[in-house]
Amino acid sequence: MSGHSSYTPKTGIEKWIDARMPLPRLAYDSFVAFPVPRNLNYAYTFGGILAIMLVIQILTGVVLAMHYAANTGLAFESVEKIMRDVNSGWLLRYMHANGASFFFVAVYIHIYRGLYYGSYKAPRELLWILGVLIFFLMMATAFMGYVLPWGQMSFWGATVITGFFTAFPVIGESIQQFLLGGFAVDNPTLNRFFSLHYLLPFMLVGVVILHVWALHVTGQTNPTGIEVKHKTDTVAFTPYATIKDAFAMVVFLAVFAYFVFYMPNFLGHPDNYIVADPLKTPAHIVPEWYFLPFYAILRGITFNIGPIDSKLGGVIAMFGSIAVLFVLPWLDTSKVRSAAYRPWYKLFFWLFVIDTIFLGWLGSRPAEGTYVTMAQIATLYYFCFFLIIMPVLGLIETPKRLPNSITEAVLEKNKGGAHAQPAGAAAAPETKG
Amino acid sequence: MKTILKGFAALGLGMALVTGALGAEEGGHSAAEPTHFPIKKPAYQEWSFAGPFGHYDKAQLQRGLKIYKEVCSACHSMKRVAFRDLEELGYSEDQVKAFAAEYEVEDGPNGDGEMFTRAAKPSDYFPSPFPNVEAAAAANNGAAPPDFSLLAKARAVERGFPNFIFDVFTMYQEQGPDYIHALLTGYNEQPPEGMEIPEGTHYNPYFIAGKSLAMAQPIDDGVVSFDDGSPETLEQYSHDVAAFMMWAAEPKLEDRKKTGFRVMMFMLVFAGLLYLTKRKVWSNVDH
Repeated sequence: MSGHSSYTPKTGIEKWIDARMPLPRLAYDSFVAFPVPRNLNYAYTFGGILAIMLVIQILTGVVLAMHYAANTGLAFESVEKIMRDVNSGWLLRYMHANGASFFFVAVYIHIYRGLYYGSYKAPRELLWILGVLIFFLMMATAFMGYVLPWGQMSFWGATVITGFFTAFPVIGESIQQFLLGGFAVDNPTLNRFFSLHYLLPFMLVGVVILHVWALHVTGQTNPTGIEVKHKTDTVAFTPYATIKDAFAMVVFLAVFAYFVFYMPNFLGHPDNYIVADPLKTPAHIVPEWYFLPFYAILRGITFNIGPIDSKLGGVIAMFGSIAVLFVLPWLDTSKVRSAAYRPWYKLFFWLFVIDTIFLGWLGSRPAEGTYVTMAQIATLYYFCFFLIIMPVLGLIETPKRLPNSITEAVLEKNKGGAHAQPAGAAAAPETKG
Repeated sequence: MKTILKGFAALGLGMALVTGALGAEEGGHSAAEPTHFPIKKPAYQEWSFAGPFGHYDKAQLQRGLKIYKEVCSACHSMKRVAFRDLEELGYSEDQVKAFAAEYEVEDGPNGDGEMFTRAAKPSDYFPSPFPNVEAAAAANNGAAPPDFSLLAKARAVERGFPNFIFDVFTMYQEQGPDYIHALLTGYNEQPPEGMEIPEGTHYNPYFIAGKSLAMAQPIDDGVVSFDDGSPETLEQYSHDVAAFMMWAAEPKLEDRKKTGFRVMMFMLVFAGLLYLTKRKVWSNVDH
């Protein structure tokens, strides 16, 4: 989409379709001829991996929905029917449950990648914002999906999370009742969560299409952060990116398969094999692992700030931790994109990665004693990273010397390497080998 | 290199914080009135179904079934397991039919609108000892005995850091049976001095949710007889019934691990081929 189309219909039927609805042309321009920077590393394969995970989730989910009953009296038993009596039902369910986790593994790596290489900077702000929107929709979908098996954690997780809304003054309780369809988590809640859990993934698909569209308008960033300037900076999507993405995808799916087949319950909670009981609160209510950093932030706010009590403060901090991502493109003042040329940013970035993982671990601990203090420190760093380090560092940091182009960076890196003719090779890659 | 060093420094910082946290957790403990349960972590046991090639030991499952039938089923239901499932334990269709026929189940209504009882068929599920949870609780000092069908997956002692990371590589998924074995063999221990045990409960340091539980020691040496020569000891019973409960909770485990091996092999070979293709495709481009 950058530049004009290079698609030439060959057969009669291709010409006929192209004149009426040029879908093959769109596909060709997007996934065959589309130029990608030649220096992309494996961190850039997670977009494709996320696409395949979304497809896996939708396919397994649609079949699971054929056997599932969204009713408080039947839900748990219907899931057990799937596990015991439906052909390959255990496989579908374990794939779907672990698929959600691996969807988040991939999305977190994808987001870290974007942060490291400054992928959110102009002209890719909308691309980034659409991505954050996808992340937000994923979280909503995953949360509602976790309620469906109607185990103890399903029920109590839903109770706790919808309880956040009561923190808002005046309208809070009405919002909560509106979400639940009653005064507590019950059959109406389960029914609407099932409905929304089926709806949201398709909305996700819609936003993903916009995300990919925006990507194809601006083109991909790359580890140097320098824009593509010349044709030699790029290679064709097919076969170069296709084969690299395919390899990364299979490696990722192999790790996924390891969990599905050998430790399918490792990422789940044993309490969810106990049917929901509104009269019995589990000792520790913990959300799924991918929500733990946000849960730690929520519980880290144990003090009142002026008129805001600690409960509302926690909810604001939690939503704020995601909301801050939306304005990130305008918080980073650095003119240099990639952390490769920003030594200080690189340090703070890795601290941020450790901080978020640490927050995740704290989220799994009870909110007591030193855990709370540590969660507060980690939360402070989380927000400082975006609100102070990002704007200030961009102004005071001296970046390393930037290469003039992607090609120059690649040649510099491979100096003395075996490949002498990169420019010609990229222009006509099919002539060699 | 510098990046790596910085990474290590940051990791070190993280570790220090974690160590501090672990210290904090230990803080509130006192021997007489502990606040974290279980008091003792279950010991690792050998299980035939552990690991990538794990499979159920049918003789062990049959012994476990015998224990369940003769001891546990007096109080514990197992309502999600059907008699037909017992063929997976190595019984023939006729044996399962005969086994089922020993049970009575309610059916109906018949043509006159009356409920009636009849001998169970293989398609029936194990009947529960109590008509409902309330009745079960009333007959058991207020604590309803939990259903057996998922118990082996519904109980797991928290692994904590860093064990949960090692578990990924050791494929440790047997927390449930380890816990059941520990609980059943943990009744003979004496509570530490000064510990108050509530009336009608029984001290067991392996119990996951407190210092004592409502269930008294359910089984001891020699209670169930085996005709395959296996030792009739508490240790053996605990193993067998825990393995049986794992099967009840995860009947498709063998199928899963077998399929998993094929899938993993395919994925590794496929990944290898893709990698070679990728190298070939990129061989003429500096990147």
